[in-house]
Amino acid sequence: MEMFMEYFWAFVIGGAFCLVGQLLIDLTKLTPARILVAYVVAGVVLGGCGVYEPIVEFAGAGATVPLTGFGYALAEGVKKAVAEDGLLGAFTGGFTAGAAGLTAAVVFGIIVALCFKRGDKTS
Amino acid sequence: MKMTNAEYDKLTKKASPNTKLYLTLPKAFVIGGLICCLGQALFNLYSYWGLNEMNARSVTSITLIFFSAFLTGFGLYDKIAKHGGAGTLVPITGFANSVVAPALEFKTEGFVLGTAAKMFIIAGPVIVYGIAASVIYGIILYLFQLM
Repeated sequence: MEMFMEYFWAFVIGGAFCLVGQLLIDLTKLTPARILVAYVVAGVVLGGCGVYEPIVEFAGAGATVPLTGFGYALAEGVKKAVAEDGLLGAFTGGFTAGAAGLTAAVVFGIIVALCFKRGDKTS
Repeated sequence: MKMTNAEYDKLTKKASPNTKLYLTLPKAFVIGGLICCLGQALFNLYSYWGLNEMNARSVTSITLIFFSAFLTGFGLYDKIAKHGGAGTLVPITGFANSVVAPALEFKTEGFVLGTAAKMFIIAGPVIVYGIAASVIYGIILYLFQLM
C-alpha cells in the first residue's frame, strides 16, 4: 500500500506541475522556452526558500522529474558548495549539481544527431 | 487597413483554432504524471541497487534523458508531445527533447554551427537563467553566513 501511495503522489504532483504548464501554454502567450526557463528559475527560488524540499519528500519523482526539480537540484548544489567552499561555492555549486543532466543531454544529443536521419516533417 | 494592436489581437484569436482546455489539461496531467511515475520506478530501482539518494536521482535523470533522446531520434517523442503538450515539455524528458531535436534537425547546417550550436537554442536560456538564479542564491547564502 505504501508503495502504491508513492506512485500515486508522484503521479498526482508530477501531473499537477504539467497541468500548470499546460494552462500557461493555453491561456498565455508564453512559448515553451519561456515556460522551461520559468520552471527552472522557480525551482531555484522555491528550493532556496526551503519550500520545495517538503514537496520532494512528499512526492518523490513527482517533484524531481519536472524541470522545477532541476532548479531545486541547482539550489541544493549551491547550498552544499557554499557550506564547504564559501563564496567559491556560489560559482561551482550550480553546474556541479546540474552536471549529470546537462552532460547526458549533450552526449545523447550528439549520438542521436550522428546515428539518426532527420525525420521528414510531412507526417 | 489600419488597426490597433488590440483589434489585431482579436483578429488572430478568431483565426487561430480554439484550444480545448477540457482535452489538453487532462492529457498533460496524465502523460506528465506517467513520466514522473516512470522516474519514481527508476529511482526505486537504483536505490534498491544501493545508490544513495542524490546519485539515484542523477542516474534517474540520465536514464530519462536517454529514453527521451532516442525516442526523439526515432521521431516518436514529437508524436507523444502532440497529445502530451506540457505533459511532455515540463518533465526533464522535455528538456532533453529540446536539446536533441534541434541537434538532429540542424545537422544539415554542419556539426559545429548546426548540431552543436542549435542544441542550446532552448537549453541555453534555461541554463543561463538557472545558473544565474543559483549564483544569486549562493551569494545570499554566503552573506547570511558572514552575519
